[in-house]
Amino acid sequence: MDDNRFDMGEIDVAWCPGCGNFAIWETLKETLSELGIAPEKLVLVSGIGQAAKMPHYVRANVFNGLHGRALPPATAIKAASPGLVVIAESGDGDMYGEGGNHFLHAIRRNPDITNIVHNNMVYGLTKGQASPTSRPGFTTPVQVDGVTGEPFNPLATAIAQNATFVARAFTGHRDQMKEILKAAISHRGYALVDIFQPCVSFNRLNTFQWFKKNTYPLEEGHDRGNRVEAFRRAIEKDPYPLGIFYVREGVPTFEEGLPPYGKSDLPLYRRVSDRKRLEALVESKRAN
Amino acid sequence: MDFLKDGAKEGARDVTEKKDFSIVLCGEAGQGIQTVEQILTRILKKSGYHIFGTKEYMSRVRGGTNSTLIRVSSAPVAAPVDRIDLLLPLDDKALSHLDGRISAGTMVIGDPDVIKPRAGKGIFHPVPLVAMAEAAGGALYGNTTAAGVVAGLFDITREELDAFIGEFFGGMSGPVIENNRVAAEKGFDAGKELARSGKVTVPVKKDRRAAGDILLNGADAVGIGALAGGCDFLSAYPMSPSTAVMVFLAQHAREFGIVVEQAEDEIAAINMALGAWYAGARALVSTSGGGFALMEEGLSLAGMLESPLVVHLAQRPGPATGLPTRTGQEDLNLVLYAGHGEFPRCVYAPGSLEEAVSLTARAFNTADRHQVPVFVLTDQYFMDSYYNTAELPLDGLEAVRSVVETEPSYRRYAFMEDGVSPRGIPGFGRGLVVAGSDEHDEEGHITENLGLRARMVDKRLSKEKRLREEALPPVLHGDESCETLLIGWGSTDKIIQEALELIGRQKLSYLHFPQVYPLSPDAAVYLKKAKTVISIEGNATGQFAALAEKETGIPVTGKILRYDGLPFTVEELVERIGKIFKGEG
Repeated sequence: MDDNRFDMGEIDVAWCPGCGNFAIWETLKETLSELGIAPEKLVLVSGIGQAAKMPHYVRANVFNGLHGRALPPATAIKAASPGLVVIAESGDGDMYGEGGNHFLHAIRRNPDITNIVHNNMVYGLTKGQASPTSRPGFTTPVQVDGVTGEPFNPLATAIAQNATFVARAFTGHRDQMKEILKAAISHRGYALVDIFQPCVSFNRLNTFQWFKKNTYPLEEGHDRGNRVEAFRRAIEKDPYPLGIFYVREGVPTFEEGLPPYGKSDLPLYRRVSDRKRLEALVESKRAN
Repeated sequence: MDFLKDGAKEGARDVTEKKDFSIVLCGEAGQGIQTVEQILTRILKKSGYHIFGTKEYMSRVRGGTNSTLIRVSSAPVAAPVDRIDLLLPLDDKALSHLDGRISAGTMVIGDPDVIKPRAGKGIFHPVPLVAMAEAAGGALYGNTTAAGVVAGLFDITREELDAFIGEFFGGMSGPVIENNRVAAEKGFDAGKELARSGKVTVPVKKDRRAAGDILLNGADAVGIGALAGGCDFLSAYPMSPSTAVMVFLAQHAREFGIVVEQAEDEIAAINMALGAWYAGARALVSTSGGGFALMEEGLSLAGMLESPLVVHLAQRPGPATGLPTRTGQEDLNLVLYAGHGEFPRCVYAPGSLEEAVSLTARAFNTADRHQVPVFVLTDQYFMDSYYNTAELPLDGLEAVRSVVETEPSYRRYAFMEDGVSPRGIPGFGRGLVVAGSDEHDEEGHITENLGLRARMVDKRLSKEKRLREEALPPVLHGDESCETLLIGWGSTDKIIQEALELIGRQKLSYLHFPQVYPLSPDAAVYLKKAKTVISIEGNATGQFAALAEKETGIPVTGKILRYDGLPFTVEELVERIGKIFKGEG
C-alpha cells in the first residue's frame, strides 16, 4: 500500500511485541486511506489504556481524554463540527467498564461516529486484572479464585438498544476486519466494532490461537436487518461469530436533529452570535 | 442601637418599613403560590411599583410549606427582609411556618374557614377566599382570588387588572380565562374595600419608570450572559438549583442555534463540554455542588488540555444531598481546589442581575483567551430571586472567539512567552490538533521527558499572572476610609448594601467581590487600610475570609456567617453588624 498519509514516521510505540493492537493499527490506517479520508478532517478520540494510545500513533487530530470518557467528547465533537469524521477508539475496560454508562447513552443518541473497541478480555495497562469481558474462571492476581460474573456482552447490549451498526472482528482475520471497519466508518450513525485481540502479556487463556479456534465468520446470508436474529447470533459463544450482525440505515443522527443544524450545516465555530436577537430577548423582559 | 443614624427608630425592623411594603405568600406546594406570585409581581411592576421577589421551598412537588416574599417599593429594592407587612396564608400551617416573622403589626389576610389566627400574631382580616373562588367557578381559582385581593390594595384599576388577567391566562382555553377574571375581580373588590375602609394601608408610591423596567431572575440573567458570551453548547444533568439555566437555554436553543444536551450524568456533561470546546464550540456546564463533585476529573482534564471551559455552579447546602432547594455559599473551596494536579482557574461570583449577565459573558472570553476553566458561582437564593432593573447593558460583552487557522506545522502546545499557545481546532486549517490528557510535548503527544514535563507545568501555571492582572477589582460601598470593612462575595451583595445604607454609620465600608479568584491586587489595598475586616458569608467556616487572608496576608478579624439554608436578611445584617460595634460580635 503506497498511501501512507496516516503514518507518523519513526515513533516509539508503547505496545508489547506481538500485541493485537498492531494489526488493528495497520488495518485502521489502510482503511482510512482507502476511504480517502483527509487526516485533518479526522478526529480520533480515546480514553485511557493501551488501546487508547492508538490516536497518538496515527497522523490525525486527537482528543485523548479521560479513562472511560471517550464517547461523550466524541459525541460533542461531531455535534459541534458535523463535517469531521469522528472515531472513538479504546479498550474493553475503558469503553465497557469505566465508560459503560456512556456506551449505553451513545447508542441511544446515535451520533454519526464509529466506536472501535479493542477487546482482549483483560486489563493491560494496569497489568493483568479482569475486564468486564473476561470469561468465568479467568484467574488474575486480583481475581485469585477466578472471574465469577457473567461477561459483559457488548454486541447483545448494542442490539438490545437498537444500535444502528453492530459488528465484531478479530485481529487474526485482517481482510474481514478492514471490510467491517470500512462499512462502520461509512455507516451514517453510531457504529460499534468490537475487535477480539490477544494480550500477549496478561491473558494466557484467550490467546491468538484460542480466538482463532473460538471464532467463525457469520455466513453470507445472515440477515443484518433482523434484530431478533442478530441478537440470537450475538449471544452465541464457543465459537463466537464474526462479522456485521446488525445494521439499520436511514435513522436520524444525533447531530442532524440539533437546533443549530435546521437551516445551516456550518460548524459552530464558523457562526457569529446574533446580537440583535439577544437585545430583543432582553427587551422582551420589560413586558414581564 | 446606637449605631443607627439619627432619626432612626430603635430596631431595624422599623427602619425599612417606610420605604416599602413586604408581602409574604405561603402555602403548600401545588396550591398555586407561584401563580399568585407571577400575577402580583408582574401587575405591580406594570403599574409602576418597584418589586423584589424571592422564595424558599421544600424539596417536594406537593404538600409541605413554601413561601414567597414580594417587596413592593417606591424605589429600587433587591434584598430580602424578615419583616412581613402583609401575610397571605393559603393554609393554616403557614402561620406556624412563619411564626417567628409575624409581628403584632403584620396584617394577615386569609379565609377564616381555612386559618385560625394566633393570639398576638398579626391583625387578621378575614376574606372568604374559598367561597369567592367557588362562586367564580371552583376552589382551584383561590390563588387568583388571593392575587386579586392584594392587587386591590394597591393603586391599580379594575381595567388594568382585567387586561392583565386576560393576557396572563391568554394561552388557556374554554371558561378558564373568564373564571380567572371573575375570581380576580372578586378578590380585587375585597382588597379595595379593605383599603377604602382604612383597615389595610399600603404606604408605597408608584414610580412610573419601573413600569418599563426589565424584570428577570438570576437564572435568566446567567442564561442571557451565556448568550452574550457566545455560548452555543450546553451539556448538563438536571440538579436543583442549577436546572433553571439549562431550561432557559433549552427554551432559546432554536432561536439562537444552541446545542442543549441533557447528559446521562455530570461526568458525561463536562466531558462533552470539553469535546465541544475542542471542536470550536463555546460550551457551558451548569450544575450544583454534588454534580460538580462528579465533574472534578473533567475539570482536571480541562487543566491538562488547556481547554477553555465555563462552569456555572449554583450552590446549595451540603454535604451530600444536603438541603436540595435551599441556599448557601459553601462551595467556594470546592471550586478553588477541585481537580487533581495543579492548574490555573478563575472564579466569578455575581451579586446582581447586571453582574450575572456581564460576568457570565466575560467567563466565556476569559476561558477562551487564557484557555482555562472559569466558574460562575451562584446559589439557590440568587437563581430564584428577581427584581426590576432599568437596563442590562450588553455593550462590551461581545463574544471573542480566540481560535486560529492552523498551518501544517501547527503544534497545539507550542511554548509562547505568555504561556498561551494559539488554539487551533480540527478542520480549520491544514494542521492537526492533538489534545492529550497525559503529559505531552508541544505537539500534544505523550511524553515522559521529565524536563519537558516541568516546562509544561510552568507553562500552564504562568497563565495565573495574567489572570490576576485582569482580575476584576472589588467594588467599594460606603466610607473611603475603610476603618471597619465588611467583605462579601456573590449573592449577598444587595443585602449587605441595603444593611449598610440603613446603618449609615461613618467609617463603615463594604467591599463586594464579583471575582473571588484570583483576587485583584486592589483587594489588599483596601484591606490594608482597615482596622477591622469582617467577612459576611453563607457558610459555617468563613471560606472567603480564609481565602482573603491567604491572598492578601491581612487577617480577617470577624465573620458573620449563616448556614441554615436561608439567605441573610437586611434586618439580620443590621443587627449582627451592630453587635460587632458593640463588641458582642
